[in-house]
Amino acid sequence: MNAEERYTPLNWPDHPETQTLEGKNKFLGFWLFLAGETVLFASLFATYLALKDSVPDSSHPLAKDLFNLPLVFAMTMILLTSSITSVYAIYHMRNYHFKKMQAWFVITVLLGAGFLALEIYEFTHYVHEYHFTFGSSAFSSAYYTLVGTHGAHVTFGLCWIIALLVRNAKRGLNLYNAPKYYVASLYWHFIDVVWVFIFTVVYLIGKVG
Amino acid sequence: MSSVAVKKGLGASVWEYLTTVDHKKIAHLYLGTGGFFFLLGGIEALFIRIQLMKPNNNFVNEQLFNEIMTMHGTTMIFLAAMPILFAFMNAVVPIQIGARDVAFPFLNALGFWLFFFGGMFLNLSWFLGGAPDAGWTSYASLSLRSEGHGIDFYTLGLQISGFGTLISGINFLATIINMRAPGMSFMRMPLFTWTTFIASALILLAFPPLTIGVFLLMFDRLFGSNFFDVTMGGNTIIWEHFFWIFGHPEVYILVLPAFGIFSEIIPTFSRKRLFGYSSMVFATVLIGFLGFMVWAHHMFTTGLGNVANAIFAIATMAIAVPTGIKIFNWLLTMWGGSIKITVPMLYALGFIPSFVIGGVTGVMQAVAPLDYQLHDTYFIVAHFHYVIIGGVVFGILAATHFYWPKMFGTKLSEKMGYVTFTLFFIGFHCTFFIQHFLGLMGMPRRVATFLPGQGLELGNLISSIGAMLMAVAVIILLFNVVITSIRNKKVGADPWEDGRTMEWAIASPPPFYNFKQTPLVRGLDTWWLEKMEGKKELTPAEPLGDIHMPNNSIIPFFISLGLFVAAFGAMYNPLNSVGDGKSWGLPVLIIGLGITFGSMLIRSLRDDFGYHIHKEDLLEDDKGGKVG
Amino acid sequence: MENEQVKNPNLRAHHDYRRKKSAKEMQVQVITFALMIFLTIVAFIAVGIGDFSVKFIIPFILLLAVIQVGFQLYYFMHASQKGHELPMFFMYSAVIIAFVTVLAFVTIIWW
Repeated sequence: MNAEERYTPLNWPDHPETQTLEGKNKFLGFWLFLAGETVLFASLFATYLALKDSVPDSSHPLAKDLFNLPLVFAMTMILLTSSITSVYAIYHMRNYHFKKMQAWFVITVLLGAGFLALEIYEFTHYVHEYHFTFGSSAFSSAYYTLVGTHGAHVTFGLCWIIALLVRNAKRGLNLYNAPKYYVASLYWHFIDVVWVFIFTVVYLIGKVG
Repeated sequence: MSSVAVKKGLGASVWEYLTTVDHKKIAHLYLGTGGFFFLLGGIEALFIRIQLMKPNNNFVNEQLFNEIMTMHGTTMIFLAAMPILFAFMNAVVPIQIGARDVAFPFLNALGFWLFFFGGMFLNLSWFLGGAPDAGWTSYASLSLRSEGHGIDFYTLGLQISGFGTLISGINFLATIINMRAPGMSFMRMPLFTWTTFIASALILLAFPPLTIGVFLLMFDRLFGSNFFDVTMGGNTIIWEHFFWIFGHPEVYILVLPAFGIFSEIIPTFSRKRLFGYSSMVFATVLIGFLGFMVWAHHMFTTGLGNVANAIFAIATMAIAVPTGIKIFNWLLTMWGGSIKITVPMLYALGFIPSFVIGGVTGVMQAVAPLDYQLHDTYFIVAHFHYVIIGGVVFGILAATHFYWPKMFGTKLSEKMGYVTFTLFFIGFHCTFFIQHFLGLMGMPRRVATFLPGQGLELGNLISSIGAMLMAVAVIILLFNVVITSIRNKKVGADPWEDGRTMEWAIASPPPFYNFKQTPLVRGLDTWWLEKMEGKKELTPAEPLGDIHMPNNSIIPFFISLGLFVAAFGAMYNPLNSVGDGKSWGLPVLIIGLGITFGSMLIRSLRDDFGYHIHKEDLLEDDKGGKVG
Repeated sequence: MENEQVKNPNLRAHHDYRRKKSAKEMQVQVITFALMIFLTIVAFIAVGIGDFSVKFIIPFILLLAVIQVGFQLYYFMHASQKGHELPMFFMYSAVIIAFVTVLAFVTIIWW
């Protein structure tokens, strides 16, 4: 297995991510992990739905009092855009354009950081404006746990992609790190998938009632 | 880098095991640690039976009884049964499919160390203010009110070991899908590999709900959230659902590999191929699927409503069908076979009727109206011990005898094995059969004592005597292990002489690279096929060449250690509901997580290409030299 | 060795063909992205107008979400390409269990 061998755009394989046995294993193992994550997030969604608007008394804010749709819309747009930028990165990976791939991943990271900043702003806003804290009601606990777990995934994803970008900056692209990039982009898309359900189930349906 | 040396010091051996990524060594680690926890859980069981030997006994007080009974269940399920099964999966499955290693050797080691530290953390509760005391199910309404840190040891310990189990599950799935030798199609896989595959799929999909449930309980107790606190709008039923959405598949995670073990043992000693191989596979898959659709039968009395109860009752009864298919297939495998009675075969023979009893009482409980009578009585205790001991523990003991030669190169004494089996079998039925009747007479489970004059004395006494018999049986087994290791009489590749699958074609214990040349699989029962054609070795699928192997690593140990440290920080953080938060709580939590993520970062920043064993060294190895 | 490969006209042809093919794929991705943005805007506007009945709007925006997630999986995550059969089998198993879990939590937890 010559994972560290140098390649040219000509002899670079069509699917570098699954060219080596290690790559195949990573690819499959990561999809399996995502299946587990699907059930994990489903459990959090289920908890949220069971505890939605479940508060000790009427002084506590409900979903429809809290959410600010323009902000959520902005966050959604940013995260969706970061999804297409990571698709571009993988496109360039398959074409063996290391520099372009790195550049698109940098854009992805910047967008992800922007999303995270808005989310932190949102949380602090709820805490200060509505006294809607992690422990104020069952509803607040469920909300922060679901959206916060997603946020933690975004944070982890950012650190992961940054680590990849830094460690490989001098090494360039090879069959050893191509699967790593590919799998990181899968993770990033999965974060987006979860967000699609969060903005629909938590924010939009929360606003509808 | 080297895995084999002629003679090694103790320090070198310890280091080897701390850093190993070899699935056969990880199997030893799982067996040793799981076996240790099995003894611990057994001692706890004995304490329970001593306490219940006579009415109004005060061998232990009520609080201690609750702790012992909780830790018995938790230890046996999470820290004994599953890890011991992982030991056999690790030892056997990669070889059965003709692989040199698992798909993720590093993650395999990580899975073990997470389990190890999680189990240690859970058991440290005995020395740090009391063990968890809300039962192994730890229902939220009760566990929220539990004083002290017992429940926190439960949530954090299970969290850590649960990650390990999840990682191992993914690893086995990827291994079985990607690492099969040429010719090893899915429908040529040995049944133990198949059941490992399905059990791993169940792990993958059932552990996340447990993770979330335990997370919520941990947040409620340690960080001030309100998921289960009814006064703040919470709902305790959420915990019950999560626990059983995990808990029911867990039963199949345990019993399917045991089924697989018996499906290897029975054909081997009947010297006949497994009857109805494809229906066995189909039944396994179906059990795995249905296993997810029945969890609410543990909650019939919760008040889910008649419709929900009816749906879950019917789904539960449906599981009896594929299980019945399996039972008949085993019986028909033996039918007309040339049966050789050995210790593993004896366990298989004892397993069939015992497990059928457990299965039948299970169907009884599936009838929701009857379950209202049986719920929380000793009938339930009797039922699940028939399933778990009659199925899983018999499977584990059978596999211990069956695979011991493959794992350690020596054979456990058959004579002592017969004694162990006889005592264990009698003791088991003596302990638990009578409990059905205790339950029907109204004895509730999880009570620390009972009153005289209610007709419960004799039954409980018989039950306690049975437990002693099982204890003696286990002691004899331990003695057997020690004697066998001291004698150290090496056996050949196929010590049972009738081995059917590929693990019996290579040396016992196998070389660390398993196969010099990847074998070509020409059909079901690969090794049997070759033997019947008079061959002495497997047909190779490739010419002799260099073998690529992964490097050892200490990083899995440190990743797990970090979580172990972080767990202490989380437990004593200033927000905890026990009210004994320490100022060092948060820093320790951060340091622990720092160790974990730092180790992960180191792992991903370094290039780790593994190494190659050269062809010449392999040839040297053949002549009796050692690969260095 | 490397020089031989550069000279090999087949390799060059394959390379050009592949470039074209992935450029085309990328076009599809961009169209998918535009559709996703569109679906998102529709969902937000539908809720923002606030005129529709709850019984209509909840299934409607859930449907939009499912379509969008399908796009993510099959285009962005390449699940429509070859070699994704087993991963998708496990993903769908997970989706079934996820669905049953959520269904149980919205139906049989009521007090």
